[in-house]
Amino acid sequence: MTKKMKLSQLSDILQDLDVESLEGVTIEGDIELNITGGGGLNPALAYALGNEISQISLHMANIGRMLGFPAEQLFASAFGLGEMPQPEALPTSPKIQELLASKFEVAKVDNWKNPIQEVTLGATSGDGGSRKSTVTIGGENALPYYFDAEMPHRNYVTMDVFDMPIGMAKAVKGNYEDVINDPAEWAKKVVRDFNADMVTIHLISTDPLINDTPAKEAAKVVEDVLQAVDVPIVIGGSGNPEKDPEVLERAAEVAEGERVLLASASLNLDYERIAKAAMDYGHNVLSWTQLEINAQKELNRKLMKQCNVPRERIVMDPTTAALGYGLDYAYTNMERIRLAGLMGDDELTFPMSSGTTNAWGAREAWMVSSPLNQDSDWGPREYRGPIWEIVTGLALSLAGNDMFMMMHPTSVQVLKEITQTLYGSIESEEIDITNWIGAEV
Amino acid sequence: MKINSPLEAYKFLPATNCGECGEATCMAFAAHLIDRSHKLTDCKPILEAKFKKKYEELDALLAPEIREVEIGVGDKIVKIGGDDVLYRHKLTFFNQTAYAYDVTDSMDEKDLVERVKYVQDFKKFYVGNFLTVDMVAVRCTSKDPAKFAAAVKKVVETTDLPIILCSFDPAVLKAGLEVSKDRNPLLYAANKDNWKEVGELALEYDVPVTLFAPDDLDMLKTLAKTFAEMGTEKLVLDPGTFPTGKQLKQTLTNFLKVRRAGIDGDREIAYPIMAVPFTAWMAHDDPVSASYWETVVASVFTIKYGDIMILHSTEPYAMLPELHIRDTIYTDPRKPVTVDPGMYKVGEPTADSPVLVTTNFALTYYTVESDIASNKIDCFLWAIDTDGIGVEAAVAGGQLTAEKIKKGIEDSGFDLKKDTSHNTVVIPGLAARLQGDVEDATGANVMVGPADSGRIPGWMEKNWPPQKK
Repeated sequence: MTKKMKLSQLSDILQDLDVESLEGVTIEGDIELNITGGGGLNPALAYALGNEISQISLHMANIGRMLGFPAEQLFASAFGLGEMPQPEALPTSPKIQELLASKFEVAKVDNWKNPIQEVTLGATSGDGGSRKSTVTIGGENALPYYFDAEMPHRNYVTMDVFDMPIGMAKAVKGNYEDVINDPAEWAKKVVRDFNADMVTIHLISTDPLINDTPAKEAAKVVEDVLQAVDVPIVIGGSGNPEKDPEVLERAAEVAEGERVLLASASLNLDYERIAKAAMDYGHNVLSWTQLEINAQKELNRKLMKQCNVPRERIVMDPTTAALGYGLDYAYTNMERIRLAGLMGDDELTFPMSSGTTNAWGAREAWMVSSPLNQDSDWGPREYRGPIWEIVTGLALSLAGNDMFMMMHPTSVQVLKEITQTLYGSIESEEIDITNWIGAEV
Repeated sequence: MKINSPLEAYKFLPATNCGECGEATCMAFAAHLIDRSHKLTDCKPILEAKFKKKYEELDALLAPEIREVEIGVGDKIVKIGGDDVLYRHKLTFFNQTAYAYDVTDSMDEKDLVERVKYVQDFKKFYVGNFLTVDMVAVRCTSKDPAKFAAAVKKVVETTDLPIILCSFDPAVLKAGLEVSKDRNPLLYAANKDNWKEVGELALEYDVPVTLFAPDDLDMLKTLAKTFAEMGTEKLVLDPGTFPTGKQLKQTLTNFLKVRRAGIDGDREIAYPIMAVPFTAWMAHDDPVSASYWETVVASVFTIKYGDIMILHSTEPYAMLPELHIRDTIYTDPRKPVTVDPGMYKVGEPTADSPVLVTTNFALTYYTVESDIASNKIDCFLWAIDTDGIGVEAAVAGGQLTAEKIKKGIEDSGFDLKKDTSHNTVVIPGLAARLQGDVEDATGANVMVGPADSGRIPGWMEKNWPPQKK
């Protein structure tokens, strides 16, 4: 039979005893424990008492738990166990206190061994022409702007001039309304006001389905443009395969010695006549094919072997499709051509030109708003158009394109700025981006 | 991927040619493992216990060089990285660049919600689908953890899009994590000063984390190595995006170097890369210039190896080209984008409805189809097999001819004389020169439609029904 007692009586009973431990104690109801610290209580007794009480508590907690009461939580909150770190399983690696230093290294490409051919456009008086300066493209030993090799020449922009008024997107047209009937003035304007490196005169009125302007008359326009500006020029036909050879022959003749670029020799016309005109009068040839690497090789080969065009007189145009309208093909076609050239395919080691103006064919560049009402608002087309031309050109510049035929002044300005930035010739104030997150914009 | 020929993969397969994967032979399946059009788990037998070792070995060999990192949860989850090649024509690029547009914790709640919704809902129709953007980045500009948490909470309540929590202060990041931890957000960022605390947060909450070491590739690699050792490979690398001048050129160089090292097999740095075209706004005051330059920088790093980026301008003239250049770079260059050739009914055409012809180049087809459908024009539309080439190029290259059009219509069992009341075909404006030939080949009347299908509704008003001859 055990003696029943209240906790409050414990201290009294045990006060004067040298108690090591209590055995067989049960406690019920009215729990009251009053232990005064400091002098009153014998430390040995207090320890023993504390020990016993804790043991009792544990037993009672066990009972509580059996009855379904979450006693652990009570203990945890009473002793702050919840916040205590869980004892870690034996750590497999010590907690890292210092950064593990590592050095970054990367190899340069070792299979780009074939430099791209350098081609010079335009001739100064010293070379038998009348240009004030020339433009040299090509010469790369690496993909554009890559750190593997210095890029010898920056990208250049030749702006489009037409020999008759043409349909243009509104955002483009606004810049040319005053010169649209005068190709020479038009050419002057793009050089003087819009910073064109070169001028392309497109003789589109010669197309039999347009005005069928005779070749001789078209050649007169070429003379006017040569007089009006002193930058190198590109001469384009109408794209009519029957008429172009004749038109370009006459144009080549009047531009003798100016080292213009004749646009274009292609597989669907008599490229031999165009190549011959270029050789006879000292010009370069634009070798144009449609998004097909093997066709490009074939035409380049024919120009070199069959027409005896020297390597330093060939520029390629593998066709530009607009952003969202086949640029995925154009980009990869160009990138593959450039890589093949660098790796030694000498039928493809030529600088490249892009008809970047094609970007204006994309409806996103010129339409007032989306024809689909599910589309989000397209915003003002005055800003949309130029950026379509910029991004189209920019993508191709990263694929290896050297020269851009373009139309919109803003596009020309921004494309030149970004390509020359990547080329490394644009100085600019350094910007500290360390804390960009907090920037107020 | 450590292997590149089907034969190497084949050695690990059960070689039973069971056909469960949908391929006739294990070798065919192996080829699709290499071009990544099948997953190893599509092979059911290899999942059996007895093949466990082979499965694990092959799985490791097939793992992409650049690790794949997931951000967000559910339908809108964003995966980045996972690439194996430096040039898209070699294989294709996987997991297109994720575009995140920013909000700040100093914004009015109303403006914040409006902006998040705009970003979430922005869409542009393209090739049978809508192009959309992916994420919201919440920047802490207040320096106040409570304010940041409130903004993050608002974003989480407003959208399912994955989020990026942006601050260099671990206390701020922790506050943001507390209200978004079940959304698997991306932490931005650990740097050389806060790496320990931010690293612990990333591990504790088990979320991906960005490492930021502006123009310091040794530090970037050091951080990546340290984090891997700490126990996480859910890492994104930010080598710093400097918006102008020689610093921008250096930024491109850094991107090229990091990706090349990763693809070349340096595992310590083979993680997705982040670009921050946002910094363009630190260089330009005028919003149009800033938007333009931001789009230009975004384009450069969408093309060259940015796997995820943080942007600011939500002007359509910035977002549309960004969406399109991304689609351009991440379209699989190995497959022409085509639709099946044949007859498609748009709306509910009758014998009086027009018969239109276009090509099976997906872009052309879907553009024409959507222009017609959205204007509620009922018609028969033929996708002529041009090997996936658009109208203008196909006419020039001989893939779209009168014979092809005649064959295309006849092959679908359609009889112009019996099935229409008008015996008329409308060809695209860009194929006008085929008019006479098509008349001769089909014996039908041939009308020339507009050059851009956006103008079909106007053209229909003037020209349809055709005048009886």
